[in-house]
Amino acid sequence: MMSRVLRLGRFGCELFEALGRAGIFLAQSAVGLPSREGWYLWLRQMHFVGVLSLAIVLVSGLFIGMVLALQGYTILVDFGAEQALGQMVALSLLRELAPVVAALLFAGRAGSALTAEIGLMKATEQLSSMEMIGVDPLRRVVAPRLWAGFVALPLLTVGFSVVGIYGGYLVGVDWLGGFAGSYWGNMQASVEFVADVGNGMVKSLVFALVVTWIAVFQGYDLVPTSEGISRATTRTVVYSSLAVLGLDFVLTAVMFGGLA
Amino acid sequence: MSDTPFVAVEGLHFARGDKDIFRGVDLAIPRGGITAIMGPSGSGKTTLLKLVGGQLTPDAGRVLFDGRDVHRQSRKALFAMRRRMGMLFQSGALFSDLDVFENVAFPLRVHTDLPGAMVRDLVLMKLEAVGLRGARDMLPAELSGGMARRVALARAIALDPELILYDEPFVGQDPISMGVLVQLIKRLNQALGLTSVIVSHDIKETLTIADYVYVIADGQVMAHGTPQGLDVDRDPRVSQFVHGEPDGPVPFHYPAVDYFTDILSSGGGR
Repeated sequence: MMSRVLRLGRFGCELFEALGRAGIFLAQSAVGLPSREGWYLWLRQMHFVGVLSLAIVLVSGLFIGMVLALQGYTILVDFGAEQALGQMVALSLLRELAPVVAALLFAGRAGSALTAEIGLMKATEQLSSMEMIGVDPLRRVVAPRLWAGFVALPLLTVGFSVVGIYGGYLVGVDWLGGFAGSYWGNMQASVEFVADVGNGMVKSLVFALVVTWIAVFQGYDLVPTSEGISRATTRTVVYSSLAVLGLDFVLTAVMFGGLA
Repeated sequence: MSDTPFVAVEGLHFARGDKDIFRGVDLAIPRGGITAIMGPSGSGKTTLLKLVGGQLTPDAGRVLFDGRDVHRQSRKALFAMRRRMGMLFQSGALFSDLDVFENVAFPLRVHTDLPGAMVRDLVLMKLEAVGLRGARDMLPAELSGGMARRVALARAIALDPELILYDEPFVGQDPISMGVLVQLIKRLNQALGLTSVIVSHDIKETLTIADYVYVIADGQVMAHGTPQGLDVDRDPRVSQFVHGEPDGPVPFHYPAVDYFTDILSSGGGR
Protein backbone atom coordinates (compact mmCIF):
# COMPACT_ATOMS: atom_id res chain seq x y z
CA MET A 1 0.00 0.00 0.00
CA MET A 2 2.72 2.39 1.11
CA SER A 3 4.78 1.62 -1.96
CA ARG A 4 1.79 2.36 -4.21
CA VAL A 5 1.37 5.76 -2.60
CA LEU A 6 5.09 6.34 -3.05
CA ARG A 7 4.92 5.33 -6.68
CA LEU A 8 1.96 7.60 -7.29
CA GLY A 9 3.81 10.45 -5.60
CA ARG A 10 6.91 9.86 -7.67
CA PHE A 11 4.85 9.69 -10.84
CA GLY A 12 3.23 13.01 -9.91
CA CYS A 13 6.58 14.66 -9.23
CA GLU A 14 8.07 13.37 -12.47
CA LEU A 15 5.03 14.52 -14.42
CA PHE A 16 5.26 18.04 -13.06
CA GLU A 17 9.02 18.11 -13.54
CA ALA A 18 8.61 17.08 -17.18
CA LEU A 19 5.88 19.68 -17.70
CA GLY A 20 8.13 22.32 -16.18
CA ARG A 21 11.04 21.34 -18.39
CA ALA A 22 8.78 21.37 -21.44
CA GLY A 23 7.49 24.82 -20.49
CA ILE A 24 10.94 26.32 -20.06
CA PHE A 25 11.99 24.63 -23.28
CA LEU A 26 9.07 26.19 -25.17
CA ALA A 27 9.74 29.64 -23.73
CA GLN A 28 13.45 29.49 -24.56
CA SER A 29 12.93 28.31 -28.12
CA ALA A 30 9.89 30.30 -29.11
CA VAL A 31 11.74 33.59 -28.67
CA GLY A 32 14.47 32.61 -31.10
CA LEU A 33 13.64 33.67 -34.60
CA PRO A 34 15.59 36.83 -35.35
CA SER A 35 18.16 37.42 -38.13
CA ARG A 36 18.02 36.88 -41.86
CA GLU A 37 19.40 33.40 -41.40
CA GLY A 38 16.59 32.54 -39.03
CA TRP A 39 14.13 33.26 -41.82
CA TYR A 40 16.02 31.03 -44.19
CA LEU A 41 16.05 28.17 -41.66
CA TRP A 42 12.34 28.71 -41.06
CA LEU A 43 11.59 28.58 -44.78
CA ARG A 44 13.53 25.34 -45.10
CA GLN A 45 11.50 23.79 -42.30
CA MET A 46 8.28 25.10 -43.85
CA HIS A 47 9.24 23.02 -46.85
CA PHE A 48 9.89 19.86 -44.82
CA VAL A 49 7.00 20.22 -42.41
CA GLY A 50 4.43 21.95 -44.59
CA VAL A 51 4.98 21.43 -48.30
CA LEU A 52 5.91 17.78 -47.95
CA SER A 53 2.81 17.12 -45.81
CA LEU A 54 0.62 18.70 -48.47
CA ALA A 55 0.05 15.52 -50.46
CA ILE A 56 -1.17 13.35 -47.60
CA VAL A 57 -3.32 16.12 -46.14
CA LEU A 58 -4.98 17.05 -49.44
CA VAL A 59 -5.64 13.49 -50.51
CA SER A 60 -7.13 12.69 -47.10
CA GLY A 61 -9.22 15.85 -47.29
CA LEU A 62 -10.60 14.84 -50.67
CA PHE A 63 -11.61 11.39 -49.48
CA ILE A 64 -13.12 12.63 -46.25
CA GLY A 65 -15.20 15.20 -48.14
CA MET A 66 -16.34 12.50 -50.56
CA VAL A 67 -17.28 10.07 -47.79
CA LEU A 68 -19.12 12.80 -45.88
CA ALA A 69 -21.20 13.63 -48.93
CA LEU A 70 -21.96 10.00 -49.64
CA GLN A 71 -23.00 9.20 -46.08
CA GLY A 72 -24.85 12.49 -45.69
CA TYR A 73 -26.74 12.14 -48.95
CA THR A 74 -28.12 8.69 -48.16
CA ILE A 75 -29.47 9.95 -44.85
CA LEU A 76 -30.65 13.36 -45.96
CA VAL A 77 -32.50 11.98 -48.97
CA ASP A 78 -34.77 10.01 -46.61
CA PHE A 79 -36.02 13.30 -45.23
CA GLY A 80 -36.06 14.98 -48.60
CA ALA A 81 -33.37 17.32 -47.35
CA GLU A 82 -30.60 16.55 -49.81
CA GLN A 83 -30.28 20.20 -50.74
CA ALA A 84 -28.75 20.76 -47.28
CA LEU A 85 -25.79 18.56 -48.25
CA GLY A 86 -23.43 21.47 -48.92
CA GLN A 87 -24.20 22.98 -45.55
CA MET A 88 -23.60 19.68 -43.77
CA VAL A 89 -20.31 18.95 -45.53
CA ALA A 90 -18.95 22.45 -45.04
CA LEU A 91 -19.86 22.74 -41.37
CA SER A 92 -18.55 19.29 -40.45
CA LEU A 93 -15.29 20.02 -42.19
CA LEU A 94 -14.73 23.58 -41.03
CA ARG A 95 -15.75 23.11 -37.41
CA GLU A 96 -14.50 19.64 -36.71
CA LEU A 97 -12.97 17.32 -39.22
CA ALA A 98 -10.46 19.56 -40.96
CA PRO A 99 -8.71 20.82 -37.79
CA VAL A 100 -8.74 17.44 -36.07
CA VAL A 101 -7.88 15.12 -38.93
CA ALA A 102 -5.25 17.48 -40.34
CA ALA A 103 -3.66 17.67 -36.88
CA LEU A 104 -3.65 13.89 -36.51
CA LEU A 105 -2.13 13.46 -39.95
CA PHE A 106 0.37 16.19 -39.19
CA ALA A 107 1.40 14.46 -35.96
CA GLY A 108 1.97 11.22 -37.85
CA ARG A 109 3.68 12.69 -40.89
CA ALA A 110 5.63 15.71 -39.61
CA GLY A 111 5.63 15.36 -35.80
CA SER A 112 7.23 11.94 -35.78
CA ALA A 113 9.81 13.10 -38.33
CA LEU A 114 10.67 16.13 -36.18
CA THR A 115 11.15 13.94 -33.12
CA ALA A 116 13.31 11.42 -34.94
CA GLU A 117 15.43 14.11 -36.61
CA ILE A 118 16.12 16.09 -33.45
CA GLY A 119 16.61 12.88 -31.50
CA LEU A 120 19.16 11.58 -33.95
CA MET A 121 20.97 14.91 -33.88
CA LYS A 122 21.13 14.52 -30.11
CA ALA A 123 22.29 10.90 -30.26
CA THR A 124 25.10 11.73 -32.70
CA GLU A 125 26.21 14.65 -30.49
CA GLN A 126 25.36 17.21 -33.18
CA LEU A 127 23.40 19.26 -30.66
CA SER A 128 26.28 19.10 -28.18
CA SER A 129 28.82 20.10 -30.76
CA MET A 130 26.60 22.99 -31.82
CA GLU A 131 26.53 24.15 -28.21
CA MET A 132 30.30 23.91 -28.02
CA ILE A 133 30.65 25.96 -31.20
CA GLY A 134 28.72 28.60 -29.30
CA VAL A 135 25.42 28.25 -31.15
CA ASP A 136 22.29 27.66 -29.12
CA PRO A 137 20.55 24.60 -30.58
CA LEU A 138 17.25 25.81 -29.17
CA ARG A 139 17.48 28.82 -31.44
CA ARG A 140 19.14 27.20 -34.38
CA VAL A 141 17.49 23.78 -34.52
CA VAL A 142 14.33 23.89 -32.43
CA ALA A 143 12.96 27.40 -33.03
CA PRO A 144 12.67 27.17 -36.85
CA ARG A 145 10.92 23.81 -36.57
CA LEU A 146 8.58 25.07 -33.88
CA TRP A 147 7.55 28.13 -35.86
CA ALA A 148 7.26 26.17 -39.08
CA GLY A 149 4.83 23.82 -37.35
CA PHE A 150 2.79 26.70 -35.89
CA VAL A 151 2.34 28.23 -39.32
CA ALA A 152 2.13 25.12 -41.48
CA LEU A 153 -0.67 23.23 -39.75
CA PRO A 154 -3.31 26.02 -39.96
CA LEU A 155 -2.46 26.45 -43.64
CA LEU A 156 -2.74 22.72 -44.21
CA THR A 157 -6.09 22.80 -42.43
CA VAL A 158 -7.35 25.44 -44.85
CA GLY A 159 -6.26 23.24 -47.74
CA PHE A 160 -7.96 20.25 -46.15
CA SER A 161 -11.29 22.11 -45.88
CA VAL A 162 -11.17 23.46 -49.42
CA VAL A 163 -10.38 20.12 -50.99
CA GLY A 164 -12.89 18.35 -48.74
CA ILE A 165 -15.70 20.68 -49.77
CA TYR A 166 -14.80 20.11 -53.38
CA GLY A 167 -14.77 16.32 -52.77
CA GLY A 168 -18.28 16.63 -51.35
CA TYR A 169 -19.34 18.47 -54.48
CA LEU A 170 -17.89 15.77 -56.72
CA VAL A 171 -19.90 13.06 -55.00
CA GLY A 172 -23.05 14.95 -54.09
CA VAL A 173 -23.53 16.81 -57.35
CA ASP A 174 -21.50 15.21 -60.12
CA TRP A 175 -22.07 11.62 -59.11
CA LEU A 176 -25.36 11.45 -57.19
CA GLY A 177 -26.98 14.18 -59.23
CA GLY A 178 -27.76 16.77 -56.54
CA PHE A 179 -28.41 20.35 -57.60
CA ALA A 180 -25.23 22.45 -57.70
CA GLY A 181 -27.08 25.65 -56.86
CA SER A 182 -28.42 24.31 -53.58
CA TYR A 183 -25.06 22.76 -52.67
CA TRP A 184 -23.27 26.10 -52.85
CA GLY A 185 -26.27 28.29 -51.99
CA ASN A 186 -27.12 26.56 -48.73
CA MET A 187 -23.46 26.54 -47.77
CA GLN A 188 -23.14 30.25 -48.39
CA ALA A 189 -26.28 31.03 -46.45
CA SER A 190 -25.43 28.98 -43.36
CA VAL A 191 -21.65 29.14 -42.87
CA GLU A 192 -20.57 32.14 -40.76
CA PHE A 193 -17.07 33.39 -41.20
CA VAL A 194 -16.18 34.12 -37.59
CA ALA A 195 -18.26 31.46 -35.86
CA ASP A 196 -17.42 28.58 -38.17
CA VAL A 197 -14.31 29.34 -40.20
CA GLY A 198 -12.74 31.44 -37.43
CA ASN A 199 -13.38 28.95 -34.64
CA GLY A 200 -12.05 26.13 -36.80
CA MET A 201 -8.87 28.12 -37.36
CA VAL A 202 -8.51 28.80 -33.64
CA LYS A 203 -8.73 25.05 -33.04
CA SER A 204 -6.14 24.46 -35.69
CA LEU A 205 -3.77 27.03 -34.17
CA VAL A 206 -4.08 25.40 -30.76
CA PHE A 207 -3.46 21.94 -32.24
CA ALA A 208 -0.47 23.26 -34.18
CA LEU A 209 1.06 24.62 -31.00
CA VAL A 210 0.47 21.44 -29.02
CA VAL A 211 1.53 18.92 -31.68
CA THR A 212 4.71 20.75 -32.66
CA TRP A 213 5.61 21.43 -29.07
CA ILE A 214 5.22 17.76 -28.14
CA ALA A 215 7.20 16.65 -31.21
CA VAL A 216 10.24 18.89 -30.75
CA PHE A 217 10.31 18.45 -26.98
CA GLN A 218 10.18 14.66 -27.25
CA GLY A 219 13.08 14.83 -29.68
CA TYR A 220 15.14 17.16 -27.54
CA ASP A 221 14.47 15.38 -24.25
CA LEU A 222 14.85 11.75 -25.30
CA VAL A 223 17.40 9.20 -24.11
CA PRO A 224 19.99 9.23 -26.91
CA THR A 225 19.91 5.56 -27.87
CA SER A 226 18.15 3.75 -30.70
CA GLU A 227 15.55 2.48 -28.27
CA GLY A 228 15.10 5.98 -26.87
CA ILE A 229 14.46 7.42 -30.33
CA SER A 230 11.89 4.79 -31.21
CA ARG A 231 10.08 5.31 -27.91
CA ALA A 232 10.08 9.08 -28.26
CA THR A 233 8.71 8.87 -31.80
CA THR A 234 5.90 6.65 -30.58
CA ARG A 235 5.23 8.99 -27.67
CA THR A 236 5.00 11.94 -30.05
CA VAL A 237 2.25 10.32 -32.07
CA VAL A 238 0.36 8.95 -29.05
CA TYR A 239 0.54 12.09 -26.92
CA SER A 240 -0.25 14.38 -29.86
CA SER A 241 -3.27 12.35 -30.89
CA LEU A 242 -4.65 12.19 -27.36
CA ALA A 243 -3.96 15.88 -26.78
CA VAL A 244 -5.67 16.85 -30.04
CA LEU A 245 -8.77 14.77 -29.38
CA GLY A 246 -9.03 15.86 -25.76
CA LEU A 247 -8.51 19.52 -26.53
CA ASP A 248 -10.97 19.26 -29.39
CA PHE A 249 -13.69 18.29 -26.95
CA VAL A 250 -12.85 21.15 -24.62
CA LEU A 251 -12.66 23.69 -27.42
CA THR A 252 -15.89 22.45 -28.99
CA ALA A 253 -17.64 22.70 -25.64
CA VAL A 254 -16.47 26.28 -25.27
CA MET A 255 -17.05 27.38 -28.86
CA PHE A 256 -20.22 25.58 -29.87
CA GLY A 257 -21.57 24.07 -26.66
CA GLY A 258 -22.76 27.32 -25.16
CA LEU A 259 -20.23 27.21 -22.32
CA ALA A 260 -18.61 30.53 -23.15
CA MET B 1 53.60 29.26 -19.36
CA SER B 2 52.20 31.63 -16.80
CA ASP B 3 51.59 30.62 -13.21
CA THR B 4 47.81 30.85 -13.10
CA PRO B 5 46.32 27.88 -14.92
CA PHE B 6 44.21 28.52 -18.01
CA VAL B 7 41.64 26.01 -16.88
CA ALA B 8 41.32 25.14 -13.22
CA VAL B 9 39.05 22.49 -11.78
CA GLU B 10 38.60 22.82 -8.03
CA GLY B 11 36.97 20.30 -5.69
CA LEU B 12 34.69 18.95 -8.39
CA HIS B 13 31.85 16.66 -7.31
CA PHE B 14 29.42 15.19 -9.77
CA ALA B 15 26.94 12.34 -9.50
CA ARG B 16 24.64 10.65 -11.99
CA GLY B 17 21.69 9.24 -10.12
CA ASP B 18 23.12 7.31 -7.20
CA LYS B 19 26.52 6.84 -8.81
CA ASP B 20 29.30 9.24 -7.89
CA ILE B 21 31.34 10.10 -10.97
CA PHE B 22 33.68 12.61 -9.33
CA ARG B 23 34.44 12.94 -5.65
CA GLY B 24 36.65 15.98 -5.34
CA VAL B 25 38.76 16.36 -8.47
CA ASP B 26 41.37 19.13 -8.74
CA LEU B 27 43.13 19.84 -12.01
CA ALA B 28 45.28 22.71 -13.22
CA ILE B 29 45.71 22.98 -16.95
CA PRO B 30 48.49 25.38 -17.92
CA ARG B 31 48.30 27.67 -20.94
CA GLY B 32 49.94 26.50 -24.12
CA GLY B 33 50.63 22.87 -23.34
CA ILE B 34 49.06 19.51 -24.04
CA THR B 35 47.49 18.08 -20.92
CA ALA B 36 46.23 14.52 -20.97
CA ILE B 37 43.51 13.19 -18.73
CA MET B 38 43.62 9.44 -18.64
CA GLY B 39 41.74 6.75 -16.87
CA PRO B 40 39.94 3.48 -17.43
CA SER B 41 36.72 3.40 -19.46
CA GLY B 42 33.78 4.58 -17.43
CA SER B 43 35.86 6.81 -15.18
CA GLY B 44 33.96 9.86 -16.38
CA LYS B 45 36.51 11.44 -18.68
CA THR B 46 33.96 12.60 -21.24
CA THR B 47 31.77 13.88 -18.40
CA LEU B 48 34.73 15.95 -17.25
CA LEU B 49 35.01 17.63 -20.66
CA LYS B 50 31.29 18.38 -20.63
CA LEU B 51 31.70 19.96 -17.21
CA VAL B 52 34.56 22.11 -18.50
CA GLY B 53 32.46 23.14 -21.51
CA GLY B 54 29.53 24.04 -19.26
CA GLN B 55 27.21 21.44 -20.75
CA LEU B 56 26.80 19.82 -17.34
CA THR B 57 26.68 21.50 -13.94
CA PRO B 58 28.72 20.10 -11.04
CA ASP B 59 27.10 19.21 -7.72
CA ALA B 60 29.91 20.98 -5.89
CA GLY B 61 33.21 22.65 -6.76
CA ARG B 62 33.90 24.89 -9.71
CA VAL B 63 35.58 25.12 -13.07
CA LEU B 64 37.49 28.26 -13.94
CA PHE B 65 38.20 29.14 -17.55
CA ASP B 66 40.73 31.94 -17.81
CA GLY B 67 39.85 32.94 -14.24
CA ARG B 68 36.06 32.96 -14.70
CA ASP B 69 33.66 30.41 -13.26
CA VAL B 70 32.10 28.55 -16.20
CA HIS B 71 28.93 27.68 -14.31
CA ARG B 72 28.21 31.16 -13.03
CA GLN B 73 27.81 32.75 -16.46
CA SER B 74 24.55 33.75 -18.05
CA ARG B 75 23.46 31.64 -21.01
CA LYS B 76 24.72 34.36 -23.34
CA ALA B 77 28.08 34.76 -21.63
CA LEU B 78 28.53 31.00 -21.60
CA PHE B 79 27.99 30.83 -25.35
CA ALA B 80 30.48 33.67 -25.81
CA MET B 81 32.96 31.75 -23.66
CA ARG B 82 32.49 28.63 -25.74
CA ARG B 83 33.60 30.50 -28.84
CA ARG B 84 37.05 30.52 -27.26
CA MET B 85 36.93 26.74 -26.89
CA GLY B 86 36.90 24.05 -29.52
CA MET B 87 35.83 20.53 -28.85
CA LEU B 88 36.48 17.42 -30.84
CA PHE B 89 33.78 14.87 -30.14
CA GLN B 90 34.45 11.16 -30.12
CA SER B 91 32.03 10.59 -32.98
CA GLY B 92 33.13 13.72 -34.83
CA ALA B 93 29.54 15.00 -34.52
CA LEU B 94 29.57 16.57 -37.98
CA PHE B 95 26.28 18.08 -39.12
CA SER B 96 24.93 15.35 -41.34
CA ASP B 97 22.93 17.68 -43.60
CA LEU B 98 25.96 19.82 -44.54
CA ASP B 99 28.94 18.84 -46.69
CA VAL B 100 32.53 19.00 -45.45
CA PHE B 101 33.07 22.58 -46.63
CA GLU B 102 29.89 23.86 -44.99
CA ASN B 103 30.63 21.99 -41.78
CA VAL B 104 33.94 23.81 -41.43
CA ALA B 105 32.40 27.08 -42.57
CA PHE B 106 29.56 26.78 -40.03
CA PRO B 107 31.27 28.48 -37.05
CA LEU B 108 32.60 31.23 -39.35
CA ARG B 109 29.22 31.91 -40.85
CA VAL B 110 27.37 32.10 -37.55
CA HIS B 111 29.94 34.07 -35.60
CA THR B 112 31.51 36.41 -38.12
CA ASP B 113 30.39 38.70 -40.92
CA LEU B 114 33.29 37.82 -43.19
CA PRO B 115 32.69 38.06 -46.93
CA GLY B 116 32.19 34.80 -48.80
CA ALA B 117 35.62 34.84 -50.43
CA MET B 118 37.36 35.14 -47.09
CA VAL B 119 35.27 32.36 -45.56
CA ARG B 120 36.30 30.21 -48.50
CA ASP B 121 39.99 30.97 -47.97
CA LEU B 122 39.78 30.26 -44.26
CA VAL B 123 37.91 27.00 -44.75
CA LEU B 124 40.41 25.84 -47.33
CA MET B 125 43.27 26.75 -44.98
CA LYS B 126 41.76 24.72 -42.15
CA LEU B 127 41.03 21.80 -44.46
CA GLU B 128 44.58 21.98 -45.85
CA ALA B 129 45.90 21.79 -42.28
CA VAL B 130 44.14 18.45 -41.77
CA GLY B 131 44.93 17.29 -45.30
CA LEU B 132 41.36 17.12 -46.57
CA ARG B 133 41.10 20.07 -48.93
CA GLY B 134 40.23 17.60 -51.68
CA ALA B 135 37.27 16.22 -49.74
CA ARG B 136 35.41 19.49 -49.45
CA ASP B 137 32.36 18.38 -51.43
CA MET B 138 31.82 15.09 -49.63
CA LEU B 139 29.00 14.51 -47.18
CA PRO B 140 29.78 13.26 -43.64
CA ALA B 141 28.15 9.91 -44.46
CA GLU B 142 30.77 9.36 -47.19
CA LEU B 143 33.79 9.87 -44.94
CA SER B 144 35.75 7.20 -43.11
CA GLY B 145 35.95 7.46 -39.32
CA GLY B 146 39.43 8.95 -39.40
CA MET B 147 38.50 11.50 -42.07
CA ALA B 148 35.37 12.51 -40.17
CA ARG B 149 37.46 13.15 -37.10
CA ARG B 150 39.91 15.27 -39.09
CA VAL B 151 37.07 17.32 -40.58
CA ALA B 152 35.69 17.77 -37.07
CA LEU B 153 39.15 18.94 -36.02
CA ALA B 154 39.20 21.48 -38.85
CA ARG B 155 35.80 22.70 -37.70
CA ALA B 156 36.95 22.89 -34.08
CA ILE B 157 39.86 25.17 -35.04
CA ALA B 158 37.87 27.25 -37.54
CA LEU B 159 37.46 30.17 -35.13
CA ASP B 160 41.03 29.87 -33.82
CA PRO B 161 40.06 28.90 -30.27
CA GLU B 162 42.43 29.25 -27.34
CA LEU B 163 41.49 25.93 -25.80
CA ILE B 164 40.72 22.70 -27.56
CA LEU B 165 39.21 19.68 -25.88
CA TYR B 166 39.75 16.27 -27.47
CA ASP B 167 37.36 13.53 -26.47
CA GLU B 168 39.00 10.14 -27.11
CA PRO B 169 40.60 11.23 -30.40
CA PHE B 170 42.31 7.88 -31.02
CA VAL B 171 39.48 5.47 -30.37
CA GLY B 172 38.68 3.13 -33.24
CA GLN B 173 41.35 4.46 -35.61
CA ASP B 174 43.54 2.32 -37.80
CA PRO B 175 47.30 2.69 -37.19
CA ILE B 176 47.80 5.11 -40.07
CA SER B 177 45.04 7.55 -39.15
CA MET B 178 46.08 7.19 -35.52
CA GLY B 179 49.58 8.35 -36.42
CA VAL B 180 48.14 11.16 -38.54
CA LEU B 181 45.98 12.37 -35.67
CA VAL B 182 48.82 12.24 -33.15
CA GLN B 183 50.99 14.36 -35.42
CA LEU B 184 48.13 16.74 -36.19
CA ILE B 185 47.31 17.39 -32.56
CA LYS B 186 50.94 18.09 -31.74
CA ARG B 187 51.52 20.27 -34.79
CA LEU B 188 48.36 22.30 -34.32
CA ASN B 189 49.18 22.85 -30.69
CA GLN B 190 52.57 24.27 -31.59
CA ALA B 191 51.58 26.19 -34.70
CA LEU B 192 48.48 27.86 -33.28
CA GLY B 193 49.67 28.29 -29.70
CA LEU B 194 46.67 26.38 -28.42
CA THR B 195 46.05 24.87 -25.04
CA SER B 196 45.03 21.27 -25.58
CA VAL B 197 43.29 18.84 -23.28
CA ILE B 198 43.20 15.24 -24.41
CA VAL B 199 40.93 12.74 -22.75
CA SER B 200 42.00 9.26 -23.68
CA HIS B 201 42.85 5.79 -22.57
CA ASP B 202 45.25 5.12 -25.42
CA ILE B 203 48.34 5.30 -23.27
CA LYS B 204 51.11 4.93 -25.80
CA GLU B 205 49.87 7.57 -28.25
CA THR B 206 48.83 10.02 -25.60
CA LEU B 207 52.06 9.82 -23.62
CA THR B 208 54.14 10.61 -26.71
CA ILE B 209 52.58 14.04 -27.13
CA ALA B 210 51.39 15.06 -23.66
CA ASP B 211 53.32 17.55 -21.56
CA TYR B 212 51.51 16.66 -18.38
CA VAL B 213 49.23 13.79 -17.43
CA TYR B 214 46.44 13.31 -14.90
CA VAL B 215 45.23 9.79 -14.19
CA ILE B 216 41.66 9.60 -12.93
CA ALA B 217 40.09 6.57 -11.28
CA ASP B 218 37.29 6.05 -8.78
CA GLY B 219 36.22 9.65 -9.09
CA GLN B 220 39.52 11.08 -7.96
CA VAL B 221 42.89 12.05 -9.35
CA MET B 222 44.97 8.95 -8.78
CA ALA B 223 48.25 10.37 -10.00
CA HIS B 224 49.63 13.24 -12.00
CA GLY B 225 52.98 14.14 -13.45
CA THR B 226 55.01 14.22 -16.62
CA PRO B 227 54.86 11.16 -18.89
CA GLN B 228 58.39 10.18 -17.84
CA GLY B 229 57.46 10.50 -14.19
CA LEU B 230 54.38 8.31 -14.55
CA ASP B 231 56.28 5.68 -16.43
CA VAL B 232 58.46 4.95 -13.41
CA ASP B 233 55.75 5.60 -10.80
CA ARG B 234 55.84 2.87 -8.19
CA ASP B 235 52.20 3.13 -7.12
CA PRO B 236 50.78 -0.25 -8.20
CA ARG B 237 47.53 1.31 -9.44
CA VAL B 238 49.36 3.77 -11.67
CA SER B 239 51.76 1.17 -12.89
CA GLN B 240 48.91 -1.21 -13.73
CA PHE B 241 47.21 1.43 -15.85
CA VAL B 242 50.28 2.86 -17.55
CA HIS B 243 51.63 -0.56 -18.45
CA GLY B 244 48.27 -2.02 -19.30
CA GLU B 245 48.21 -5.03 -17.00
CA PRO B 246 44.82 -6.77 -17.13
CA ASP B 247 44.44 -7.39 -13.40
CA GLY B 248 45.78 -5.64 -10.34
CA PRO B 249 44.52 -3.06 -7.89
CA VAL B 250 41.94 -2.08 -10.53
CA PRO B 251 40.12 -5.42 -10.65
CA PHE B 252 39.29 -7.28 -13.83
CA HIS B 253 35.95 -8.30 -12.31
CA TYR B 254 33.03 -5.98 -11.81
CA PRO B 255 32.07 -6.23 -8.11
CA ALA B 256 29.93 -9.33 -7.50
CA VAL B 257 29.20 -11.87 -4.81
CA ASP B 258 31.65 -14.72 -4.38
CA TYR B 259 31.85 -16.87 -7.54
CA PHE B 260 31.50 -20.17 -5.70
CA THR B 261 28.38 -19.16 -3.74
CA ASP B 262 26.92 -17.57 -6.86
CA ILE B 263 27.21 -20.75 -8.94
CA LEU B 264 25.82 -23.00 -6.16
CA SER B 265 22.91 -20.73 -5.29
CA SER B 266 21.23 -20.91 -8.70
CA GLY B 267 17.58 -21.68 -8.07
CA GLY B 268 16.28 -21.37 -11.61
CA GLY B 269 16.50 -17.57 -11.67
CA ARG B 270 19.47 -15.39 -12.61
